[in-house]
Amino acid sequence: MHLILFIVFAGFCLAGAINLLLQTHPINSALSLVVVMSSLAVLYLLLGAEFLAAAQIIVYAGAIMVLFTFVVMLLNAGREERTLGSRAAKAIGFPATVVILGVIATVILKAQNLGGATLSDPITSTEDLSRVLFHELLLPFEVTSVLILIAILGAVALARPGDGERRVSK
Amino acid sequence: MIPLSWYLLLSAVLFSLGIVGFLIKRNLITVFMSIELMLNGVNLSFVTFAHEWHLVKGQIFVFFVMVVAAAEAAVGLAIIIAVFRARSTLAVDRIDLMKL
Repeated sequence: MHLILFIVFAGFCLAGAINLLLQTHPINSALSLVVVMSSLAVLYLLLGAEFLAAAQIIVYAGAIMVLFTFVVMLLNAGREERTLGSRAAKAIGFPATVVILGVIATVILKAQNLGGATLSDPITSTEDLSRVLFHELLLPFEVTSVLILIAILGAVALARPGDGERRVSK
Repeated sequence: MIPLSWYLLLSAVLFSLGIVGFLIKRNLITVFMSIELMLNGVNLSFVTFAHEWHLVKGQIFVFFVMVVAAAEAAVGLAIIIAVFRARSTLAVDRIDLMKL
């Protein structure tokens, strides 16, 4: 059962990621990214992280992707034009990507004492998670709330039609 | 039983696909989506290791990554809107100057 679920949702995940690269319209890429994130939530659930599975759906597949599709529609982004791309990306980027993937894959495959996951594994409950989060890691948690506040202020200040637009329109 | 190395391999492949997307996509928004794909790949390996060592802190790290990703998406998309206002284009090939 676990094997079937893993294969199905890992397949969805990879198909969505490859589709993101192949689509030329940004809205299609955004929708395939939603597929990737939702199937990742199922994989989190298989690994016993129930809170993260819910947060993945709500925060990533919900909030962040709504923001993305909103911006795509607001800016009326059309098909991207195919250009040759940069020469540096071709010469260095793709070989470097292959090397990174190869190195990570060999390290993972060489690791002998990695365990396995079964469906009967204990699930990390939200209670355990919040006990650590609100006792040991209370300060980082509060700092992130300040970070979010600054991000909101920055987003409002950046997206507001300000001096930059007026200078261009003159 | 599924070996955890499969999960780790999946996360490595997702991360690499994110890098490839960052390199080949020519639309500013899609480039940004590739970054989100990389973050998700890393998150999967965090959850896998949290499962391997029965530690809760790995999952909390993923929680913080999600928070930072949400903040990053808000600020990044605001920057994209500002760039589009100034340049009227989203093609990364035409956005090659630091000044507006």
